[in-house]
Amino acid sequence: MTADVVKAAALLFVAAVIQVSLLSAIDLAGAVPNLLLVTLLCVALLRGAIFGAAAGFVAGLLFDTAQLQTLGVTSLLLTVGAYWIGRYGETTGRDRGHAPYLSVFVVTVLFSVGALLLNYLLGVGGSARAVLVDGLVPSLFFNLLLTAPVYALVRRLLPPFERLEAQEVRLLG
Amino acid sequence: MPRNRSARVAVLGSPARRTATSSYSSRVSSTLKRRIVLGVLVVVSLALITVYFREPPSGALHGLQGSGAAVLHPFEVGAERVAAPFRDVYGWFRGLVHAKSENGRLRAEVDRLRQQVIQNNTAVQENQTLRDQLAYVDGPRFPADFTAVNARVLARPPGEFDQQIVISAGSSSGVKLRAPVVTADGLVGDVTLVTRSEARVTLLTDGQSAVAAVDLQTKAVGILRHGSGGGLILDRVSKDQVVGNGDTIITAGTQSGALPDLYPRGIQIGQVTSVGQNDTDLYKQIQVSAFVRFGSLDSVVVLKSLKPIRSLP
Repeated sequence: MTADVVKAAALLFVAAVIQVSLLSAIDLAGAVPNLLLVTLLCVALLRGAIFGAAAGFVAGLLFDTAQLQTLGVTSLLLTVGAYWIGRYGETTGRDRGHAPYLSVFVVTVLFSVGALLLNYLLGVGGSARAVLVDGLVPSLFFNLLLTAPVYALVRRLLPPFERLEAQEVRLLG
Repeated sequence: MPRNRSARVAVLGSPARRTATSSYSSRVSSTLKRRIVLGVLVVVSLALITVYFREPPSGALHGLQGSGAAVLHPFEVGAERVAAPFRDVYGWFRGLVHAKSENGRLRAEVDRLRQQVIQNNTAVQENQTLRDQLAYVDGPRFPADFTAVNARVLARPPGEFDQQIVISAGSSSGVKLRAPVVTADGLVGDVTLVTRSEARVTLLTDGQSAVAAVDLQTKAVGILRHGSGGGLILDRVSKDQVVGNGDTIITAGTQSGALPDLYPRGIQIGQVTSVGQNDTDLYKQIQVSAFVRFGSLDSVVVLKSLKPIRSLP
């Protein structure tokens, strides 16, 4: 468990630094690929809801600190998103090949809507059209593009738990 | 004949059998634990947002954030340095696409500007002579009355909402709150948060930004701010004032003695791209295209005034 925490923390730290310093400078068709979100969702899928929620909270805090923006905003969104995907990973999403893509797709949309709502509540101006119409499709495209390599890397570092109840048996009769 | 069937994965039940009651209670306890963790994290996040939003920039959370940013600073600078060559190559190839047409346009512009420089030099000399004769007392003038703090851009806007960047110079370099920030192309924004090693700059494209601006050609004064769709608009220009397409917009400087402007007069901002008006609006609708490319800022200059900006009582 401790090893998992260290690996996940290192992964998310690197993802946050790359997101803040490198990816935020790349403006592709009005969207920025969200490596931090994709990495977090892969971690949550493989390690469950509680681990995912805690990782989301810390990752959000790290991101808000690096960006010098309102503390807690990204934490809130990532905590809820990672918890939900963690639950999906623990239940119906387990062992499904499409689970990472579906998770990234759904949470990218909800993250955009949530960020829009939260920022409006805080009085921070932002164009809903730019976020939901112009920016959403390219964001989805780039995040889905990142999903395969990121999931493979995260899966290698945090392999799925072996299920005790699933054993190979020989039927005699 | 005995059958010898095999199944690759056949789930026949857990090897350690549990009673139905213990399984149920462990499931309930696990659900409860999950919900408590989620609830606590959500409440802590909301508390952070509330406290951070309400406290002044000198508050405890801002201080903690500054310390955290100082810890992250070397990693961000390192990543920025690693990425710089790749970004340059990307920018080089991107620039090639429009190079030919841009070359022709720039040559024509150089010819026009060369003529203008000669006229301007004559006007500057004449202006200086007249100032000396009148013993004219002036406020801080850009760029003569300012020194520069050059800073690298460490973090760019994460999305559509916060049009802010983080730069690698803070209070230890002499950066002050509300200091104007520029590039060679023009006005970028102002400093809205300062830590020891970093500062946050709110861009002109942010919804909270506004700057008094003037049309260089016609002297029409207005407020330049963020418009719908991500562009800039020159607002509060009454219909009797004249503004033309292609006019250059610069900072207007202080318009009222009691409310001195953050920005000195004469920093270029952008060019007018469209002018319109209708019967119902009090003001003209003027769209401005900024000279600064806010999406690809690599380094900026923070201005430090050599003359104090005083307000009237």
